[in-house]
Amino acid sequence: MKSILKMFFIFMKIGTFTLGGGYAMIPLIEEEIVQKNQWIGQEEFIDIIAISQTIPGAMAINTSTYIGYRLFGFKGAVLGCVGTILPSIIIMIGIAVYFIKFQEVEILKTVFKGIRPAVVALICSAVLRLSKTLPRKFLHLSWMLLTVICITFFQIHPIWIIIISGTMGFYLKEYV
Amino acid sequence: MSIIGKIFLTFMKIGAFSFGGGLAMLPLIEKEIVYRNNWVTPDQFVDIIAISQMTPGPIAINTSTFCGYKVGGLLGALAGSVGVAIVSFCLITILAKHIIKRKDNPSMKAVFKGIRPAVVGLILSAAISVGKTALVDVKSIIICLIIFFMLVRLKIHPILGIIGAAIMGIILY
Repeated sequence: MKSILKMFFIFMKIGTFTLGGGYAMIPLIEEEIVQKNQWIGQEEFIDIIAISQTIPGAMAINTSTYIGYRLFGFKGAVLGCVGTILPSIIIMIGIAVYFIKFQEVEILKTVFKGIRPAVVALICSAVLRLSKTLPRKFLHLSWMLLTVICITFFQIHPIWIIIISGTMGFYLKEYV
Repeated sequence: MSIIGKIFLTFMKIGAFSFGGGLAMLPLIEKEIVYRNNWVTPDQFVDIIAISQMTPGPIAINTSTFCGYKVGGLLGALAGSVGVAIVSFCLITILAKHIIKRKDNPSMKAVFKGIRPAVVGLILSAAISVGKTALVDVKSIIICLIIFFMLVRLKIHPILGIIGAAIMGIILY
């Protein structure tokens, strides 16, 4: 069943459990929207991430807004975006109101110490699943590795890599 | 101009000019709220970042909500979070409309085919970048490997993985 309300609650759930920045949201969205509900295919999901990277702003918000729009039009875009940010807004206001001194709560520190390595595992598992959609060709694998090298060692901004890759795809139609 | 309006416009500017999301936004946020508007002190800003990273959700939203609240109360918090999201929201909806309309266009398909390997590489780079700061000792590497195994082999839900990791954090640290 594809209902807009269900999508809203899925994005609220995702927003609640995303710790450690936008990329940590990718495995959650992939699990819920692509695998479990199959509302969007894996290749299209990769394309949506690419589009989200080329637009300014938080990637998580861009991705959920796009998915909302793709599924339910403008109303979906609003609910996708609001669903993702609502848990954060509520939690942050709660923290600001009661002025909880987070760093002084020892147990939260240890919780966070456990979650950060898990975020690495989560993102890696998403990479593993998403890479299965790529054609098993030398060009694609080397291009993927080149991207990793460019970003990790040369700090090239992702937006340039997306623009160059898109241009390559356009001119090398027969090969990609 | 009222303070609420000013919060809204400031965070709108931050949302509009930060590519790469989350962490890439921080220098811009710092410049605007610490140095230009003097809404929070540099020390407070460091605290806000720490809190934003430890709470769920996009860092940009967390930071803007917190700063908005400190400066303008509840309305300020809303002005901050809506402001930071509004520009990308509008751009994405416009872009989505055009891309979905042309999704069967061969040139468009070719462009996305070229981008896909790069995006997978991009996500892998994000894992490496988080890993550099998260995998600091044997315990963290063990947690990472256990969760990875559970996700890939046992196919547990990512949320379960996060909860499991939190419990391991309490036990191990």
